[in-house]
Amino acid sequence: MDLQELYQEVILDHSKKPRNFGMLGDATHEAEGHNPLCGDQVHVRLRVVNNEVEACKFEGCGCAVSTASASLMTQLVQGKTRDEIAELAQRFREVLIEHKEHELGDLNVLCGVRAFPMRVKCATLAWHAVLAALEQTGEITTTEE
Amino acid sequence: MGSAIVSFDVAQIRSLFPALQQTVNGHPLAYLDNAATTQKPLAVLDAERAFYSTLNANVHRGVHQLSQKATDAFEATRIKLAKLAGVPTPESLIWTKGCTEAVNLVAHSWGSTQLSEGDVILLSGMEHHANIVPWQLVAEKVGAVIKPIPISDEGELDLAALEELLRTHPVKLVGVKHVCNALGTINSIREVVQLAHAAGARVLVDGAQSLAHVPINVADLDVDFYTFSAHKAYGPTGVGALYGKKELLEQMPPYQGGGDMIRTVSWEKTTFNDLPNKFEPGTPNIAGVVAFGAAIDFLEETAVHLPDSGAHRHERDVLTYATAALEDIAGLQIKGTAKRKTAVISFVMEGVHPHDIGTILDQYGVAIRTGHHCCMPLMKRLGVPATARASLSLYTTKGDIDQLVGALRKVKEIFS
Repeated sequence: MDLQELYQEVILDHSKKPRNFGMLGDATHEAEGHNPLCGDQVHVRLRVVNNEVEACKFEGCGCAVSTASASLMTQLVQGKTRDEIAELAQRFREVLIEHKEHELGDLNVLCGVRAFPMRVKCATLAWHAVLAALEQTGEITTTEE
Repeated sequence: MGSAIVSFDVAQIRSLFPALQQTVNGHPLAYLDNAATTQKPLAVLDAERAFYSTLNANVHRGVHQLSQKATDAFEATRIKLAKLAGVPTPESLIWTKGCTEAVNLVAHSWGSTQLSEGDVILLSGMEHHANIVPWQLVAEKVGAVIKPIPISDEGELDLAALEELLRTHPVKLVGVKHVCNALGTINSIREVVQLAHAAGARVLVDGAQSLAHVPINVADLDVDFYTFSAHKAYGPTGVGALYGKKELLEQMPPYQGGGDMIRTVSWEKTTFNDLPNKFEPGTPNIAGVVAFGAAIDFLEETAVHLPDSGAHRHERDVLTYATAALEDIAGLQIKGTAKRKTAVISFVMEGVHPHDIGTILDQYGVAIRTGHHCCMPLMKRLGVPATARASLSLYTTKGDIDQLVGALRKVKEIFS
C-alpha cells in the first residue's frame, strides 16, 4: 500500500481547491449524501437541460478523498446524460469494490483508494449523491446500501 | 487497595498483552485507540479458555456439578465488580452485553413507566449516542422532552446551567457520562447527583470509560443508575453491567422476557424472578463474565484506576508528555482541555481532515480513532465535523507517542 498512490498531486489539488464548489442557483435536481460512518456530507446540485447535465456544483465537508472525488465528479458529469453518468459511476464502483480493470480517464487518479478499503466509501459518496439527484427521490442518500 | 504497586514496569506490563507484540504495515503497533477498546492481558484470555476447558455448563439451571461450578464462577465476577465499584448489594448489578444495552434497559423499563407527557430528560452536551438515542425513543413514546446540558469550550459541564435547568423545568432524569470518550473530561458526578436529587430527578451515569481510569463508588456518589463496560477495561467484548438502586430495580418491569427471569409461567400469568435474574433472561455471556473477573483482578493488581498508583502515574506522565509533544506541532489544536481529564487527546489539524490523518498514521503503525466518536451533538458544539483521537492506556509508552508525532509530521509533509 502506498500513500503516494492514495494522495496523488491531483487529489491533493482538488481537495485543497475543489472545483465547482458552492451553490447552484437555478438547479433542477439536487440531493444530499451522507456517510454515516464518518459524518462526511455532500450536497450536489445539477441543472439538467434536455436530459443533459449543463452544470453541477457541490457543497459539504469531508476528507481529502471525498472532497477530491466530489470535485472531479462535478467536472466529469458536465454534458453527460443520466445513463452515461450511471454507467461511469458503475464502472468506478467496480474498479474500487470488485477490483475490476476499467479505463476511467480522469477518475483513474482515485483508483489508489482500492488499497484502502475503509476509504472506498469516501470516494463513492459524491457519485451516490449525483445519482440520487438525477433520480430526484428527495431522500438523503447514504453510502450504506 | 492502598497497597498499590509503587514501582511500575511498563515493559513487564506490555509483555502480558499478546496483541501489542505485532507489527502493522511494517512498524511496531502503537495502539492508541484504547477508548474504543483496550487490548486484553493473558490472564483474561486464559480465564476464558479455562472456563470453556474445565467449567463449561449453563448457569442457574443444572443440578450437576459443572453447572454449579459455572454458576459460582459467573456469580464471583458479580461480587468482584460490586466490591470494585462500591455496589452495596451484588444483586443490584445486572449483566448486559454492554453500556448500550444497560442504558436501553433503563430507558425502556424505568423510562417508559416513570416518564410522562411534558417530563424533561436532561442529557449532557457531551453524551454518546448510546445515552441519547434510547431516551429519544422513549421520549417519543411517552411525550417527554429532551434538553441538553450546556458545556464549556474546554469541554466541561456547565453546572450553573444544570442548576438553572433543574429549577425551571420538570426534570425527571439527568443522564451524564462519568468520563467523556471523545474529550477525556472527568465529570463532577457528585455535584450533578446532589443538584439533581435536590430537584427530585434521578441520575443515570454512563460509566463506559471510567472503570480503568477513575475510582468508582456508586453508593458514595449516590447515583441511581450506573453502566459498566468490560471491554474498555481490559475485559472481553460483549459484557457490561447496569447498577441500579435496589428499590428502583425492584419496581421496574422486566425489559426482555425469556427463561431464567421468571418464577412461574402459565398461559394466564407469569410471575417474575428476583433480582438480578428478573433482568437477565436467556443464557448470558458466561465465559465473558468469568473473563471479566480476571480483568477486574488485573485492575485491582495494577490499581490503574487509583490516582496514587504507579500505573496511574505512568499513564498520566505519558499524557503530559503527549500533550506537550502535540501542542508543539504547528497547526494542531487539542479539543477538550478540562482541568480533570483522563488520558485522551482529541485533536484537529489545520487543512487536514481527521480521516486522512487516520489513514496516514495507520501506514506508520499508529492506531487512532477518527470521526465523530458517536458524539455528533458534541462535535457540532465544538464546531468541527470530526476529530482525531489518541487514547492512552497503562501500557502506552513515550515511544508510542514519538511514533505518533513522527507520523503526524508525515501527515504535514503530504498535506503541505
